[in-house]
Amino acid sequence: MKTFVTIVLSILLFSSCQNTNNKSGNKKISLTAAGATFPMPYYNMVFKKYTSEKGVLLTYGGIGSGGGIRSLSDKVVDFGATDAYLSDKKLSEMPAEVVHIPTVLGAVVIAYNLPGLDGIKLSNDLLEKIFMGEITNWNDPAIKKNNPGKQFPDLEITFIHRSDGSGTTYIFSDYMSKVSQEWASRVGTGKSLKWPVGMGAKGNPGVAGTIKQTKGAIGYIGSEYAFAQKIQTAKVQNSSGAYIEPSIASISAAAQGEIPADTRIMLTNSDDPESYPISGFTWIILYKEQNYNNRSYNQALGLVTFLDWLISSDAQGEAEKVHYAPLPQKAVEKAKAILRSVTYDGKVLLK
Amino acid sequence: MNSDKITKIVLLSASLIILLVSGGMVFSLVKGAIPTFHAFGLNFIISNQWDPSQGKEAYGALPFIAGTIMTSVTALLICLPLSFSTSLFLGEYFKDKKIARVIRLMVDLLAGIPSIVYGLWGFYVLRPLLIDLGLPNQGFGVFTASLILAIMIIPYATSLSNEIITMVPNDLKEAAYSLGATRYEVIFNVIIPSARSGIIAGYILAFGRALGETMAVTMLIGNANVIPTGFFDTGNTMASVIANQFGEADGLKLSSLIAIALLLFLITGIINAIGKLIIKKMA
Repeated sequence: MKTFVTIVLSILLFSSCQNTNNKSGNKKISLTAAGATFPMPYYNMVFKKYTSEKGVLLTYGGIGSGGGIRSLSDKVVDFGATDAYLSDKKLSEMPAEVVHIPTVLGAVVIAYNLPGLDGIKLSNDLLEKIFMGEITNWNDPAIKKNNPGKQFPDLEITFIHRSDGSGTTYIFSDYMSKVSQEWASRVGTGKSLKWPVGMGAKGNPGVAGTIKQTKGAIGYIGSEYAFAQKIQTAKVQNSSGAYIEPSIASISAAAQGEIPADTRIMLTNSDDPESYPISGFTWIILYKEQNYNNRSYNQALGLVTFLDWLISSDAQGEAEKVHYAPLPQKAVEKAKAILRSVTYDGKVLLK
Repeated sequence: MNSDKITKIVLLSASLIILLVSGGMVFSLVKGAIPTFHAFGLNFIISNQWDPSQGKEAYGALPFIAGTIMTSVTALLICLPLSFSTSLFLGEYFKDKKIARVIRLMVDLLAGIPSIVYGLWGFYVLRPLLIDLGLPNQGFGVFTASLILAIMIIPYATSLSNEIITMVPNDLKEAAYSLGATRYEVIFNVIIPSARSGIIAGYILAFGRALGETMAVTMLIGNANVIPTGFFDTGNTMASVIANQFGEADGLKLSSLIAIALLLFLITGIINAIGKLIIKKMA
């Protein structure tokens, strides 16, 4: 019995020794993050680039915006990522002050499957009626009236929404609530909703795949998936009444207006006449005071240096390759100012 | 210290770990579910509301309980005749023939296929087929999910019943034959009665798998958080709503998902207990 206990104890002791060795002997900085899946293709690409250029190891887990917020709140990651900014209430529930850094612009597109019918125009009124289940067939006179010269088939409309909670759903429902009174009162805005009609599919790839497989389907997906997979997308009416095709340029246009100092703003239904109306920022969130959980100064410095690089033209220039729109200059300036307010033991990290 | 003692300690600690894990699981499920039962009481089980909208949050598990029971029972009903016939065919009629060996190999192969593969096959092959047959809702729904579940659990039920049927002592069968029984009579009066508890155990195992199956069901059931109004309507199951929504869930919603997990745990436990009881009674 004694020998057994000794063996167990010595194993425990040995393994704990190794742990501390790892911590103190860690010369390379490694940053872990988790959160939104919406910007993942972009993050995957630029994180890899940063690792190969600067030797900083970066790990990103695409577990959803809510998971990202929870991971940061549990202090198991260096930073989180989210598509919906934290409300004042959520911010006050976090264990310490959290700041938002916008990283890239994306959009939610209305994708559909009607062979041979590209670029249909859907007014806000039509969007409301289709997604509330009031229009159920593609040959509805209201759809025809809005798209003169196009022949719509006698085909049932199948609305595909997300079955999981999602920042994409948040941006989509935020827009719907802004343009439709009925939507705002009956469905509302959120990462997951009580859907009036339709069926769910998991993740952007799930929705995109189901739409591609199903004639007569319509749904909303992150623009990068639609652009990369070349799915049919509808033109949507912006606040000046123009029908806008989602593109990098029209998404960028949505962020040309004023941006608040903490960058917490929904860009949906932007005033800009050129803008695609269902656009939005995606953010990285981190603690303002970086000395927590025995984090080293170097770790904190490595984090803000990386984030400063992420909003620099070096990283932003890559965004279009994976079908995101780069941050406008105004947003970059605001983000830089925020990063320069992040402290370690009360002292600013970046000059 | 002798080797006998060491063995005893190792075995004991391994068993204690099992106890610890299952106890910890129940504890954390109950703990996580408390806010939900605090907010909705037992109404949570019988309410059909699932509304995650901010400000008017209301959660009820009934749509998912209904979806789970509907898909699993339908799957079991579809599976029963097929797997029963197959196991008799393999275990008795063509016991040592080449074709039985090939089929047995196939059954074992089917049992080992990961559920996501069944899901993909269902999504890309079965669903278009059902659309062509005129199924509504673009082929999504309870029926499609049950069908894929049935295909998934057939190998489980078949494999086990087949094993049991093969194990029926030859003496018994020979005795029946020597008394002039026909093959039909031997099967229904000798083999099935003596293999009964094992066969039932196989079906309970299969039913248990159907209850908890997640990925393939999620891909085909349509994920609509309402009580299905019919077999061709879309719905959702307990396992698939958890898989779908836990990532973005927090607060009351997360607690409700954990409460659903607890209910699923309990339902599976009850089914297993009923199974044990049946086996005891019949054996």
